[in-house]
Amino acid sequence: MKILVCITHVPDTTSKIQFTADNTKFDSTGVQYIIGPYDDYALARAVELRDQASGKLTVLNVGEADSEPTLRKALAIGADDAIRVNAAPKDSFFVAQQIAHYAKEGSYDLILMGRESIDFNGGMVHGMVGELLGMPSFSPVMKLDVDGSMVKMSREIEGGKELLEASLPLIAGCQEPIAEWKIPNMRGIMSARTKPLNVVEPVSQETQAEASKYSLPPAKGAVKLVDKDNVAELVKLLKNEAKVL
Amino acid sequence: MSILVYIEQAEGKVKKTSLEAVSFANSLAAQTGEGDVVAVALGTIGNEELAAIGKAGAAKVLHGDESKLDAGVIQAHASAVAQAFNHIGAKTLVLAKSSLGDAVAARLAIKLKAGLVSNVVELPKTDGGYVVKRSIYTGKAFAETSITTENKILAIKKNAIDLKQDGADAQVENFSVSIDEADFASKITSTERATGDVLLPEADIVVSGGRGLKGPENWGMVEEMAKILGAATACSKPVSDLEWRPHHEHVGQTGVKVAPTLYIAIGISGAIQHLAGVNSSKCIVVINKDADAPFFKAADYGIVGDAFEVVPKLNEAFKAEL
Repeated sequence: MKILVCITHVPDTTSKIQFTADNTKFDSTGVQYIIGPYDDYALARAVELRDQASGKLTVLNVGEADSEPTLRKALAIGADDAIRVNAAPKDSFFVAQQIAHYAKEGSYDLILMGRESIDFNGGMVHGMVGELLGMPSFSPVMKLDVDGSMVKMSREIEGGKELLEASLPLIAGCQEPIAEWKIPNMRGIMSARTKPLNVVEPVSQETQAEASKYSLPPAKGAVKLVDKDNVAELVKLLKNEAKVL
Repeated sequence: MSILVYIEQAEGKVKKTSLEAVSFANSLAAQTGEGDVVAVALGTIGNEELAAIGKAGAAKVLHGDESKLDAGVIQAHASAVAQAFNHIGAKTLVLAKSSLGDAVAARLAIKLKAGLVSNVVELPKTDGGYVVKRSIYTGKAFAETSITTENKILAIKKNAIDLKQDGADAQVENFSVSIDEADFASKITSTERATGDVLLPEADIVVSGGRGLKGPENWGMVEEMAKILGAATACSKPVSDLEWRPHHEHVGQTGVKVAPTLYIAIGISGAIQHLAGVNSSKCIVVINKDADAPFFKAADYGIVGDAFEVVPKLNEAFKAEL
C-alpha cells in the first residue's frame, strides 16, 4: 500500500499571533513552527498502517525552504521519503492543485492529512483534492482501519459520529483519536537525515481566494468578578447587562 | 439570478445554523442585487418545515425529496447541490460551516470552479471587488480574503449574522435530483448521535466542565445547569482524554470550536489551547477556585470559588430568574 500524508508547517499552538508590514504579513519573530497537530495525527496513523501492510509512506508539504525541518521531523517520525512543492501555500485551491498533481503521479492508495490547518482553519484541501482526483473524501475522520482494499472509518458529526465503509483509493482529513502522536526517537532522527527529500516545482499558480490583509480581535475588557456568596448578582448581570439569557 | 443556500437537516428537522445561512444570504442578496434567496434541502423533510425556511429569508425552497439523501453522503450531496446551483443559474452559494457542510463545500468549489472562503464572520465588502472577512488562527485573528472567481462559495461561521424570523413562508418546489450511483460507493453503516440534547456546535449557550470537577460522577450539576438554560454541555481536552466525557464534547484547539452567545466554564483553568476553541463566544463566564486561573483574563464575568459550592447555588438562581 502506498500512502501519502500531506502536512502543514504552522506556528506552534501557543504562539502569539501578530502581523507586520501594515498588517499584510504574519510576524514570525520568535515563533516556533511545527507539523500541524491534525496532520501529526494523520502521520501517526499512516506510520501504523504502513507498518501493518509493509507499504511505503511519503510525506508532502507545499511550502518554501523554511518548512524543510518540519518535513525532516516527519521523516524522523517514520515517513520513508518526502516531497516539498516549492511554493508558499497561497490558498486552499492552490495547495489542492499541487497535491492532486503529485498524488496522481505517485498513484497512492491512501491520502491522509489533518482535518484542517491550524493557521487558516479552512478544512477544505482534502475535499478539493478528492474532487480533483475523482476520489471519495472524508473528514473529520477519527478512526480508520484498512483491510485489503476495504476501509472502515468513523467520522465525527455534530453531537456524535457516523461509521463508514469505503474502498481504496480514498482521502481522509484526520483528527484525534485516530492515533497517538509519535515522538521521533534517536534512530529516527539519525535516519531522517539521509532519507530522500525531493523538491519539486508547483504545477499551477492559480488561486481563487487569497488573503490580503489581517487584523486582530479587539482587546477584551477586564473581567467583572461577582462574589461567590452572591451568585444571584451574576444571573442579573447576564440577563440585564450582557443580555445573553 | 438568486443566491443558493445549502440546507442541512437531521431527522427531518432543518438545522438552525442553516437558517442563519439563509438570513446571511438574504442580507447579501439585498447588498449585491442578486435577487432572492433559494434554498436547496435534500432528503425526507415535511412541507411545513420546508416552508418555514422562508421565515429566515428564503423566497423559494428546492426540495430534493429523495430518501437516499437522508444521510449526509458527501459526494451525493455535493452533486445534488451543484445541480441546483446550475438549475437556478446562481453565482453564489452560502452554507453553514459544519462537519458535512465543509466536506460538501470543498468538492463544490472544484465542481463549480468557485472561490471558496470558510469561517466567514460578516457580510463581504462588495463595492469594487469581493472581500470576505474570515476567522483564522483558530479565532485569534481575521483575514480579509479576495475572491477572484465569478462563482463564489461562502461557508459562514455561527453567529456571523442575526437569524431573521419575520419572513413569509417560502414557496416549496419539488426538485428532481439526478442520482449517480457512483456517489454512493461509500456507505454510512450507522450513525450515533446524542439524542434529545442541544448539539454543541450549534448551541447558543454552552456549559463546560474541566478537570476541576474531579471526576465524571460530578457532571450532574453541569448537566442540570445545561438543562435549566437549554444549553449544550462541553468539556476541556484533559476531561475527554481521561474519557470522563465523549470526544465530541471536547472544546479547544484540536476539538470543537464553538461560538455561542454565552459560554460558562466551570473548573477549567483556560489553557491557550482551550481558549482557541471558545474565543468567538459573545460572553464568557468563568467559575474557578483559583483566582489566578488564566481563563479569568479572557472572561467577561467571573466567580472565584469552589465549583461544588457555587454551581448548585447558581443553578437555583438561574431557576428562580428564568
